[in-house]
Amino acid sequence: MKSLNTIIKNHWGQIVALLSNYLQDLDLAEDAMQDALESALIHWQKNGVPNNPQAWLFTTAKHKALDKIRRAQNFSCKQQQYQQLLELDTQTDTKEDDFAIPDERLRLIFTCCHPAIDSSVSVALTLRLLGGLTTQEIAKAFLLKTETMAQRMVRGKRKIKQAGIAYKIPEKEDFPQRLDAVLKVLYLIFNEGYAASCGDKPIRHKLCDEAIRLTQILFKICPQEAEVKGLLALMLLHDSRKKVRYNQQGEFVPLEQQDRNLWNKDQIEQGIQLVQSALKQKQLGSYQIQAAISALHCEASDFEETDWHQIVLLYDELLKINPSAIIKLNQLMALSHIASVQQVLNQLSFIDDELLKYHPFYVVKAELLVKVKQYDKAKTCFKKAITLCHNTTIKNHLSKKLKTIKDCNA
Amino acid sequence: MKYIALIYAAENAGPQYDTDEFNQMITEYGSITERYEKDGVLLGGDALQDVNTATTISVRNGKTEIIDGPFAETKEQLGGYYLFDCENLDQALKYAAMIPSAKYGRVEVRPVMEY
Repeated sequence: MKSLNTIIKNHWGQIVALLSNYLQDLDLAEDAMQDALESALIHWQKNGVPNNPQAWLFTTAKHKALDKIRRAQNFSCKQQQYQQLLELDTQTDTKEDDFAIPDERLRLIFTCCHPAIDSSVSVALTLRLLGGLTTQEIAKAFLLKTETMAQRMVRGKRKIKQAGIAYKIPEKEDFPQRLDAVLKVLYLIFNEGYAASCGDKPIRHKLCDEAIRLTQILFKICPQEAEVKGLLALMLLHDSRKKVRYNQQGEFVPLEQQDRNLWNKDQIEQGIQLVQSALKQKQLGSYQIQAAISALHCEASDFEETDWHQIVLLYDELLKINPSAIIKLNQLMALSHIASVQQVLNQLSFIDDELLKYHPFYVVKAELLVKVKQYDKAKTCFKKAITLCHNTTIKNHLSKKLKTIKDCNA
Repeated sequence: MKYIALIYAAENAGPQYDTDEFNQMITEYGSITERYEKDGVLLGGDALQDVNTATTISVRNGKTEIIDGPFAETKEQLGGYYLFDCENLDQALKYAAMIPSAKYGRVEVRPVMEY
């Protein structure tokens, strides 16, 4: 049964995208596809998977949509869509076996990730309409109630319809900005899975897998975009380490203690290839730089071998594009491996104010203070970090660290 | 679709009256209005008098209450609007972004309900 679900899910986004385009109605497209999915599960289980499952699903979804329009009370308003769908029906029904549906997913992803839609809503719409995850699955991954997620989805679809957000690929002059919005949503999905901000399950793998799958689709449609390559590389490189970020007991394992032999070599190789090819295009962007930093970590045979000089320089580039205190903090962390601790501590004091509620700031500071044997100050920082952190596993990891300082103090 | 672009700005934001910058802004308003007309998207638009001139009324249990001032005392106040006829939100946003006050204030774009 699981394999049928997988087959269906692989076609889901493409069919919903095509139907949305004809129907100009996301709700109807989604409902029709959901019905087609249910029919498929019944028929395929009984008669086996058809030769061309995509065509089968599309034809069925189309018929479901026609039925729904016919039965709808506002049939007269829907005449145009109905006619279009009927025409499409006569065109495609005859040649089901060799029919390949056009890929309209790019339009749909630009619609779902329009900057006029709140990004949390875009995340939900993208996972549902392109990824084919159920509302319940998405709610679970984000630790929200199904009703909350369902409401979010309704709000998004209503905004698209009522504000007149078009199903189209943006004009050339808007394209880069709009693509940024799409990449941001995909990265949010990945990050939610990779570094879940709250809850007990640190890695919700499914979201990472889904984000990678969706970005791969985007890469397939826009193979020339350097930042798409950059984001895909970044995800693959991060993901390559996910299995060893936590040990069997579910405890967090920092980078310097990870068994590098267990990192996923295929993902690293793919990631490095992508980032190299992106950098050659000379259209530098923040995802490419972050991927390049991640690649340097992956390439080092052990923690001490890491090319910190290069990493610090890459952070300089990143800061030019995005001058944020969090990026500065990451740069200082890299710098601490090649500069004097006091120098880094001094620089840290400049970004103090901006990161008062960001727990990694206190972790970095605490670790530096330990190095210069200022144990009391270090303990205060660790305690502050533990209060601010909402991830139980990381909290435990920090408490353990705090305990080791207490020990060395005694 | 019809869209309204509501232009909000803080009272003392932007160029002050009777300066070169102010005249420049008025010229820009003139040219974008021409552009809207030429592109066939303009349904209407006006600048409003100062927020000090606002009067707010409400009717409760048949009784009209009159208050001197705007509905909400916020820093940024409604100063004018354009009404557009556009194909979609992207087009409306493109025209709204041309409004000179967007450089120091904000423009809220909303679809008009159609019956």
